[in-house]
Formats: sequence, structure tokens, C-alpha cells
Amino acid sequence: MSSDGAWTVAQVTRRARQLVEAGLQPLWIKGEITGFKTYRSGHWYFSLRDAEAQLRCVMWRTDNQRVSRQPEDGLQVFVEGKPTVWEERGEFRITVKRLLPMDGDGQWELQLRKAKAALERDGLLDPARRRPLPQFPARIAIITSPDGAALHDILTVIERRWPAVEILLLPTRVQGEAAERELCQALRLTNEIAVDVAIVGRGGGSREDLWAFNSEKVARAVAAVEVPIISAVGHEQDVVLTDLVADLRAPTPSAAAEAVVPDREETTRAVEVLARRLGRSLTSRTMLGGERLERTADRLHVAMFNQVEQRATRLSMLSGRLDALSPLRVLQRGFAVARDDRGKVLKTIRDFTVGKDFRLTVTDGDVRARVAGEEP
Amino acid sequence: MTKRMSFGAELERLEAIVRNLEDSEVDLDEALELFQEGVKRLKNARKLLQDTELTVKKVIDAADGSLPDDDVDN
Repeated sequence: MSSDGAWTVAQVTRRARQLVEAGLQPLWIKGEITGFKTYRSGHWYFSLRDAEAQLRCVMWRTDNQRVSRQPEDGLQVFVEGKPTVWEERGEFRITVKRLLPMDGDGQWELQLRKAKAALERDGLLDPARRRPLPQFPARIAIITSPDGAALHDILTVIERRWPAVEILLLPTRVQGEAAERELCQALRLTNEIAVDVAIVGRGGGSREDLWAFNSEKVARAVAAVEVPIISAVGHEQDVVLTDLVADLRAPTPSAAAEAVVPDREETTRAVEVLARRLGRSLTSRTMLGGERLERTADRLHVAMFNQVEQRATRLSMLSGRLDALSPLRVLQRGFAVARDDRGKVLKTIRDFTVGKDFRLTVTDGDVRARVAGEEP
Repeated sequence: MTKRMSFGAELERLEAIVRNLEDSEVDLDEALELFQEGVKRLKNARKLLQDTELTVKKVIDAADGSLPDDDVDN
């Protein structure tokens, strides 16, 4: 504030801009274009009006370059823009970021953008939500028209690639008024039948034909399917909402079928590789077993040998001890044994009467002997 | 409910068996048993691979909540 207590004009407009920008978030506004002007700079200036009021708008060149055709006065449009105050003129206006004609296309697009924003807010567009498809599905749910080309294409491809599956068809209309409700119903039903994976889709068509696949309700039903799901809507350029929430987006129903089942020939080759490895594993196993057996025999042999050896040593030790105790050893040292004719050992003087014959055993044999007399 | 055995489960088991057999820690008795199981699994897998008949059933949400399956001419 200046010294005389009054606001300057610039202070007021700046304050107004701050308040407006803080208080009003970007908005979608519908209205009729009036006073459209464009300058050499390429920026667009116009007003939006309805029966009761007008709004000044500006759309900068960088933003209006994305608009397919230049609007004219009288055109009904949707704009997305940020309310602000143009300080130099003290003028309340909208800085427009997007502009859509309110004819059919504009309506669709607005609805689509809103739905997309809502899905995004709920985290349903997060790529981290995407689950991998099962490698070998046994049961596949297909949600499409029972009469459409899409079903025929899917079945043809699956039959060629991997027919060992069970297809559960959940028939729905895929365009027209009932399509949204029927698709949602079929998608909910998918959670009640035991399947490994699901495909929801249809063949190509006009924007109106594909509308059900841009419905927020259908997209939410796709996101709620408990098994991995492929969105397969035949269209080249634009993606539809179901593409964004599905686990996989296939550009055509045939492509979805290619993705959902493995290739039989490729898998057969992999199985045969396993078969060979299995065969080899047993061969090498029996060889290993044989080797082990041989090793065992060797060990047995060694063990036996050791046993025999030990016993032999023990035997020779024992015989050594026996030998040491043998009277023969005593005889070797010079002793002799006297025995009578009957072999009785003569140990004392009393055993030797004069003239008695006896045998004397020495280390290398016996000698005959006779008692000559008593010791003096 | 599933009329066919899961091919993925067969293949996974077969792979485990082969790996086990290739590991020489397994003793001979166990190896023979594993080999026999492997041959069985291999037979199943080959049979599934040769299965050429696609089954298609139509599922309609009946008013009473039951789920009748209709065979569809394929």
C-alpha cells in the first residue's frame, strides 16, 4: 500500500490473480465461441458464452496447435482451462489448454478423458498392476460376440497353435445400447468360472462401434477380473480404455490368441530336449552306479585282504608264543627230559633205581640210557 | 473341474525330475523311481501335445445364478 493508504491498480490486479488462481482449479467449461480472433503470434483470443454470461479466453499457440481445426464463432465447444486474471487489463479470463468441438467427436472425447482421469485417480492405469499371462493355460475365457469375426479368428489361431485347451465363451453384444451392461456382466461372470486367463474384445469398427470398450464401467469390470486378461479390440491407431486397464493389449483378436497360448511346435521341441536329458541322466546314472559297485568290490576285496592279513599276523604271533612255551625250546637250551618206557617223566632221584633203563630226550632226538649208580 | 491335467505342472515336474537325476547326489533306488515318474510325465506331456481337439463351451449367466455349459459346434 502506498503512503496515502490507497492500493495501486497493479496491487489490486495482482491480488485478484492470486486469489483466482488459488481458488479455482482447472475446469471443463462448455459454451459457444464468440469474437474469435487470431494474430500473427498464432495465439487465439475468443469468448465463451451461454444465455447468461461470457468468459474471456486465450489459447496459446503451443496449446492450440494440437486442436485439429480452428474454431469459428457460433461453434459449441468444451474447453479445459485455468481461470486467471490478466493483470495488465484487469480482466478475468480463462487460459485454455484443450478445446473440443461439442459435436459427436467432442462429446466422446470429453467423456473418454473424464473416464481416463477417474481410472487414473484410482490407480487402475498403473503399469505395475499388469500381471504376466500364464505360460500354459488350460481354460481360457473369451468375452465377445458369439457371431463375430473376432471369435472365429481367436479360435482358428488357438486351434493351430495349442488346441489342448478348453475355451469358455461368454457371449455378449459388443456394440449398441446393451453392450456396456452385457460386457460388465460377462466380465463379472469370469470371476465365477475357473479359468486361467481371459480375452475380451471385438473386431475393428467405427468409433461409435467401439464405444462400449471406452466405457468407464466396462474398463472397471476389466480391471476387476481376477485372472490375467487381454484386451483385444481390432483398431489400429487409438487405444481404447479397456486396453489401458488390461494386463495385455493386443492390436487384434488374432494377436490376442497368439499371445494367450504357447506354440505347440516350439514346446514339443522343448519337451523332446527334456526327454533326451531324462534318457541320458539314467544312462550316466547307471554308469555311476556301476562305478560305485566296482569301487565297492574293490573295497570289499581290500577289507577281506586286511582281515586275512590281520589274522595271519595274529596266528604267527600266537604260534610264536606257543613256540616259546614249547618244551622243545627248553631242550634247545641244553636241558633233557628223562622218561621211563611208558613215557612217564622221571623227575626225582627216587624215580631212578640203579640199573633202570630209561629214555633221554634231547633237542634232536632220544637216546637210550641206564642208571649206573647213586651219586655219592 | 478341469478335464485336462495342467501341462505347465507336468512340464515343471518333469524338469525338476531331470535336474534331480542329473545331480549325482541322489541314490540309485531313488533315481530309478524318479526316472519312472519322469517317463510317465513325459508320456502325459506328449499326449497333451498331440491333443488336437479344441473344446469350446458357452457359459451363460442364468437368472438363478447357475452356470450351465452348452457345447458349441466348433
